[in-house]
Amino acid sequence: MTSDITRLSASELAAAIAGGTVSSVEATQAHLDRIAHVDGDLNAFLHVSSEEALATAADVDSRRAAGEELGPLAGVPIAVKDVVVTKGLPTTAGSKILEGWIPPYDATLVERIKAAGLPILGKTNMDEFAMGSSTEHSAYGNTKNPWDLERIPGGSGGGSAAAVAAHEAPLAIGTDTGGSIRQPGAVTGTVGVKPTYGGVSRYGLIAMASSLDQAGPVTRTVLDAALLHELIGGHDPHDSTSIAEPLPALAEAARQGATGDLSGLRVGVVKELSGEGYQDGVSARFTESLDTLRSLGAQVVEVSCPHFTYALDAYYLIMPAEASSNLAKFDGMRFGLRIEPADGPVTAERVMAATRGTGFGDEVKRRVILGTYALSAGYYDAYYGSAQKVRTLVQRDFAAAFAQADVLVSPTAPTTAFKFGEKLDDPLAMYLNDVATIPANLAGVPGMSVPNGLSDGLPVGFQILAPAKADDRMYRVGAALEAALEKTWGGPLLAQAPELKTTELTR
Amino acid sequence: MTAAPTTDLVAYDDAVRRYDPVLGIEVHVELGTRTKMFCAAEVEFGGEPNTQTTPVSLGLPGALPVVNGTAVEYAIRIGLALNCQIAESCRFARKNYFYPDVPKNFQTSQYDEPIAYDGWIDVELEDGETFRVEIERAHMEEDAGKNTHVGGTTGRIHGAEYSLVDYNRAGIPLVEIVTKPIEGAGERAPEVARAYVQTLRDIFRALGVSEARMERGNVRADVNVSLRPSPDLPLGTRTETKNVNSFRSVERTVRHEISRQAAVLDAGGVVIQETRHWHEDTGITTSGRVKSDAEDYRYFPEPDLVPVAPSREWVEEIRASLPEMPAARRRRLQQEWGYADAEMRDVVNAGAIDLIEATVAGGTSPAGARKWWMGELARRAKQADVALASMAVTPAQIAELEQLIAAGTINDKLARQVLDGVLAGEGDPAAVVRSRGLEVVSDDGALLAAIDEALAAQPDIVEKVRGGNQGPVGAIIGAVMKATKGQADAKRVRELVLERIGQ
Repeated sequence: MTSDITRLSASELAAAIAGGTVSSVEATQAHLDRIAHVDGDLNAFLHVSSEEALATAADVDSRRAAGEELGPLAGVPIAVKDVVVTKGLPTTAGSKILEGWIPPYDATLVERIKAAGLPILGKTNMDEFAMGSSTEHSAYGNTKNPWDLERIPGGSGGGSAAAVAAHEAPLAIGTDTGGSIRQPGAVTGTVGVKPTYGGVSRYGLIAMASSLDQAGPVTRTVLDAALLHELIGGHDPHDSTSIAEPLPALAEAARQGATGDLSGLRVGVVKELSGEGYQDGVSARFTESLDTLRSLGAQVVEVSCPHFTYALDAYYLIMPAEASSNLAKFDGMRFGLRIEPADGPVTAERVMAATRGTGFGDEVKRRVILGTYALSAGYYDAYYGSAQKVRTLVQRDFAAAFAQADVLVSPTAPTTAFKFGEKLDDPLAMYLNDVATIPANLAGVPGMSVPNGLSDGLPVGFQILAPAKADDRMYRVGAALEAALEKTWGGPLLAQAPELKTTELTR
Repeated sequence: MTAAPTTDLVAYDDAVRRYDPVLGIEVHVELGTRTKMFCAAEVEFGGEPNTQTTPVSLGLPGALPVVNGTAVEYAIRIGLALNCQIAESCRFARKNYFYPDVPKNFQTSQYDEPIAYDGWIDVELEDGETFRVEIERAHMEEDAGKNTHVGGTTGRIHGAEYSLVDYNRAGIPLVEIVTKPIEGAGERAPEVARAYVQTLRDIFRALGVSEARMERGNVRADVNVSLRPSPDLPLGTRTETKNVNSFRSVERTVRHEISRQAAVLDAGGVVIQETRHWHEDTGITTSGRVKSDAEDYRYFPEPDLVPVAPSREWVEEIRASLPEMPAARRRRLQQEWGYADAEMRDVVNAGAIDLIEATVAGGTSPAGARKWWMGELARRAKQADVALASMAVTPAQIAELEQLIAAGTINDKLARQVLDGVLAGEGDPAAVVRSRGLEVVSDDGALLAAIDEALAAQPDIVEKVRGGNQGPVGAIIGAVMKATKGQADAKRVRELVLERIGQ
């Protein structure tokens, strides 16, 4: 059975473990083997924690043998994006400036993963400090897209998405500040969910932009995402912005959606998130998916969100402003990299400058400089202040649109996976990749990307947005679409991905 | 912009005759909460360095702040005691600057939305005059860590080989209270500054929000001073003298800055807007860094915290639970005790108010309590150069002493000997009386023997008294008192002497 274990969805694997046909140790070992075989090419993992994962798995197996009641995902291994702090495991956020840092504490979501008995396979690659849409900004090399090793796996969470797409892990944690869960999901043919802001604790997420960051599930099925979301979500007293009330029933909504009945549901197509800039194949799959939703009983209406046009611009002021402040703590004084200037006096100020100059990559420096400028006296009102006004307008657009529709939909990303280097020297083109995902972050509403087909052999994603705290709606719609599409495909989209060459991991 | 670089001073009286001083005072008080402003690290004075920390107060990656509810309550208490409005909703902001004692390289503070604003407080000067100080705002923030520079000669950063940082203090909750420009104090400006800071200290203690110990840095003042030729002219350029740590230093700082700035202006120079440092030993301020527009803290609302929105019900609950303020208490006690204004002022200035209150509570009359604390004890405290409150005698012991006098067990003179015993740690007054054998002797038998001896020794006086002149009888009484080591009841001795002589 070992060879098939990695092909199971998380819920299938959980059932197999619960039913005693597979042990958690076997499941964990199968994924570790898979990582060993394919990650030499993919580079989805920055750190593989085999020993710890197998120890957790053995513990879960013995607890189960002792008759202990365990959670729904107990024993199912998981990968964690390297921006999430893990006690005792290296955490770099994809940056040289944190090379070798071992956090002394766990993020709240990691505590919950550990408490639920999920073995942590390792930490996944990402754009440095989650800044990017391709993982090309990682200080530790690109992650490859399992569909085409010449292409990007999306970003910033390309490592988590590639790991799940390549069956190295059935589950992964991502973080999404402007699309870093959903866009990688779209270009790798996986499911990615950005929960409602405050739905999952941010305690222990290395912050890029505090008012936009949100952690969420990266999986191969909508139901798996719901199960993981329920596991990591819910109120956390360590995060002031965490929502106090309990999560809606997400797995239940996914199961209900999978029955294929969407009658009475109003689906709003956001006019501003289509047309120019969207690849033909992407637009075609989107239109087909709308037909599918109609066939399930949904009513499709067009809605307008006029201020979404300015969302990208506002985002690129708010995000760098917050990032410039959040990243100030990386200064070589207390943890991580410390560079003393080669000549001249060794003062704190000069050590800070040398450390930051050496430790940060270009994209991080670009955003820190941009954000510092936007917050400067005399510019604050024109930049940060205006951006916050746009943010309010985007929120109003959402409110108006949700008065007309239960969920909003769009293509997740305007294009399929592009080739490495294609947009590296053109930051603006790179930023445009997130044009459809950013509004949800600005408004704090939840968003999901579900695979909805291929364009020229590469996956395309379908984005579903719901009102804040109504995450269950998108699980219902996502599961319905997934079930209907898989029926036409004759199985999961990922079954159409090319087989990866297996080579021994040598690095 | 150049200033005449001068250390010349104008005589204070001349300075305030030619210029109108305007003050602005920022007082920081460390709140006495159990834990820090934004995390659960325990706060205790004098802990081993870097033991009172969490990932939050160390600014580790991923850590997030959570507002300490008790600190908010204390800030509201302070705001209400200073007659401020309490904001219905207010936010924290980030003050961004790089310095190793600020673990996140930004300080979480309140900027444009303080929790309390628009208040006032009346401060009493030593002569009983009252001066109203308007409060601009009181806002919450976190303290920074503490740097120790090692290897230099002065403990300052220049010349140091390395620096140590202790983050125990990082994140301790502070409330900063900012005055509006304090105008109209004239020549009394230094006194007003001192009385203002002292009034705040007393209020913090009365509210129970801080131990408010100046010597531990619980209360720190930044003192802004500017001069202008006349009160109807716009404000002059100010200097800000940082971290002035005692009442006396606050007064001296203002006085010095007035004399110094007057000299600069007299010489046709311009006062530079700058931070200055106060030197306790030399009694002068020196230039720190020049404050210019280059200092840009890039404030923006703290996105990791939701707004603090104290409900009106809660604010009213806190208002109702406020203790009596020190000034009101002084007025009440003065009336209850029947002290004259000058008497009360002396009591307050001597720091004797709590001592007298407790002594009166022990049954002593207000006059009796004042006699002890402001008389004998004040004299001894001054001799020993210690504060009245730190004398080794309690109000309860003074009350007991007074009871022993009232009961006739001891007289005033013996009472001072009993006090010697108490201060020497020999126990409570009654115990000292017993162990030292200090009871008044009124047993006639014991007295008569001494009287007869004294009469026999001075027959000439006996003759005079018999002749109708009672004047010299004192000599006999004195001899008896001496013979009985002062323990005799002087009144009874007189009666017996006259009886013996046959008068």
